Amino acid sequence: MSKTPDLPGEVSRRTVITRAAAIGAAIPAAGLLGACAGGGSSDSGTDSKTSNDPKNPFGVKDGDPLEVVIFNGGYGEKYAKDIHEPMYKAAFPKSEIKHSAPTEISTTIQPRFAGGNPPDFLNNSGAKAIDIGSLVGDGQLLTLDKLWAAPSYDDPKKTVKDTLIPGTIESGEFDGKSVQLNYVFTVYGIWYNANLFSKNSWVAPKTWDETTALFDKIKAAGITPYAYAGANASYYQFEVILSNAAKIGGADVLKNIDNLEDGAWQVPAIKDALDFWAGIGAKYMDKSHEGLKHTEVQLQQNQGKVAFYPSGSWLENEQAKETPADFKYAMTLVPSKGSGDKIPFTGIHATAGEPYVIPAKAKNPNGALEYMRIMLSKKGANEFVKLNGSLTSVIGSSDGATLTPGTASAKTALDAAGKDVFTFHVNDWYADMNTEMKAATNALMFGHQNTAQFIERVQKAADKLKKDSSIKKNKVK
Amino acid sequence: MTAPVILYVFFVILPYVEAFYYSFTSWHGFQKAEWVGIDNYKKMFDDDTFWKAVTHNGIILLLLPLATLIIALFFAFLLNVGGKAKAGVSQGVRGSKFYRLVFFFPQLLAVPIVAVLFQSVYRPDKSGVLNGILGFFGVKPVGWLIEPNIALLMLIAVMVWQAIGFYVVLFSAGMSSIPAEIYEAAELDGATPATTFRRITLPLLWGNIQTAWVYLGVAAFDAFAIVDVLSNNQGGPDFSTTVLSEEIYKATLAGKYGYATTLGVALFFLTATFAVIAFTTTKRETIEY
Repeated sequence: MSKTPDLPGEVSRRTVITRAAAIGAAIPAAGLLGACAGGGSSDSGTDSKTSNDPKNPFGVKDGDPLEVVIFNGGYGEKYAKDIHEPMYKAAFPKSEIKHSAPTEISTTIQPRFAGGNPPDFLNNSGAKAIDIGSLVGDGQLLTLDKLWAAPSYDDPKKTVKDTLIPGTIESGEFDGKSVQLNYVFTVYGIWYNANLFSKNSWVAPKTWDETTALFDKIKAAGITPYAYAGANASYYQFEVILSNAAKIGGADVLKNIDNLEDGAWQVPAIKDALDFWAGIGAKYMDKSHEGLKHTEVQLQQNQGKVAFYPSGSWLENEQAKETPADFKYAMTLVPSKGSGDKIPFTGIHATAGEPYVIPAKAKNPNGALEYMRIMLSKKGANEFVKLNGSLTSVIGSSDGATLTPGTASAKTALDAAGKDVFTFHVNDWYADMNTEMKAATNALMFGHQNTAQFIERVQKAADKLKKDSSIKKNKVK
Repeated sequence: MTAPVILYVFFVILPYVEAFYYSFTSWHGFQKAEWVGIDNYKKMFDDDTFWKAVTHNGIILLLLPLATLIIALFFAFLLNVGGKAKAGVSQGVRGSKFYRLVFFFPQLLAVPIVAVLFQSVYRPDKSGVLNGILGFFGVKPVGWLIEPNIALLMLIAVMVWQAIGFYVVLFSAGMSSIPAEIYEAAELDGATPATTFRRITLPLLWGNIQTAWVYLGVAAFDAFAIVDVLSNNQGGPDFSTTVLSEEIYKATLAGKYGYATTLGVALFFLTATFAVIAFTTTKRETIEY
């Protein structure tokens, strides 16, 4: 799941209004929701028969309205409005599409789940995505097995599953159920301005030693070598730390963390990675960034005041409007410790991300399944790549598209990684872990706490979660 | 009479009762709630963050009413009787009508807007308003909201700033209803403004102050909007500014509706206890005039 922070101009009018509405309403609100939503049951299956028509395998009725909710974040809403919705409309001209694109999904959509009136199709993404564990645990989502088995949009001989990059379907499985379409293939790395670097003949470092050596030079040039936004993007930094730990100790380090194994955080690989990055924080970061937001620190990178910024491959597109003409996005990977690493420098954190779900209580679940099938069509995916400059989970979706410099460098890195691709889920699965990891990361990187304290508190949070029987657990196989 | 009671029971009492029920369940907000007994309460008392939040609510409860009342009383006094007496009638300082208006301005802004404004005021680098001014005197930028020791105080300062206007008006109204003869008599007896304030204004305003105290106390138990919008990482850095309402909000968003209502019940009891204590301990004989 991508963690795109809110849009530039984060506190939009909408946000202000919703927040204003929430003031002091906490107790009564929870009670009122209860008044209308306590009981009820749900089942996660569609009632339609699978039709044999490869053009309309789910038997969508032309004329049934479809409600589409898109998260207005890093990818905007244009791709839905200009690509997928017109394709749907062309196939079902009498169907009305109701489109909305909030920036805070849980604030706007969660009450509708609670009220039994969810939309048909939901892009459950962003910093305020609805907790997926609760949704799955309570059977609120439709399983997508029918979609994967359906004939693909372009070639009836192939199933939808055949057209996807392997691992895509698994990445959207929770509790053994396939409930989420992860549409965008996200690559994580550390971003810089290639033009600035070639001008100074700087080369992106591959090892820890090279990193500190280069950071010294950058610092001497009056530029902050490394930055992330502590106010709302600390996720980016623990992504770096965990990726680094995976390179040192292998992908099992992440698997153990995801599976809440005892002592998963107390391993040397984690400790080494934390030590290294705490050192970077102490020496090469700007203390004020702890209080700044993603967009504010990004602006500083655009202005040439910050050299490296960790993020996912949505960054270039998210920043498209603000990027100055001489700024050429390039991506490098988390540097290697050096000796004894289990995964080489080329190893990459990449995963199918940007989640789309269909509520079990959707009024038009078949329409939503068809909408997903359209998104996964050659045209639907290819146009998405062209518009957003991000890769999708559809095989060959970038064919023929001119990639932006940043996406091109992400694609090169992904190709070079071969089998050394890893990911983790702990923060997506468990909101409490996400909160604790974010707070601990800021405390470490900005010098309030040390490595030992980081490990102790995060391990404690994981242990507590493990014991909490009210929270459904997931496992990585 | 029955209709309002029914409405009140349905929209106020019933949700409270339901909240109590849900605090004993592991409800996720979607499906049927599962009864878990006192598990949520055990979890709450074990939770460091809960205690941090309660402590912060406590600190706000001490500082917000105190600071607001003192400053508002001072201003109201200056605006009404602090100036030189004219023709035997005590007056406010010069331009008091204008000040009264200015003090009320923050009250007109919605709390989240105030919070957004103060994001620029408190910005931790030299583009922040405060740090810009300090930088003029060669002071290094201060991380107003990222230093765990001062972040909460900075938030309380904003709450005080916003609250003062209302209480200046409230106290002004109270003071203007105090008969001028009393002040005249005091002045004839040679009372200084300080004595006048202590011996006359304060006792005669007691009812207003008591009301203000309870209002501000209840506001201290809320403090949600300022903390959520203005603080670093919503209650951060590292939970050093979080309050109960913020934790309720976070628990709800994390799908832990059952636990969130448990926190809500705790907040209910804290607020109710405060209100009872406030009204019983501040009870004094009212002076008829």
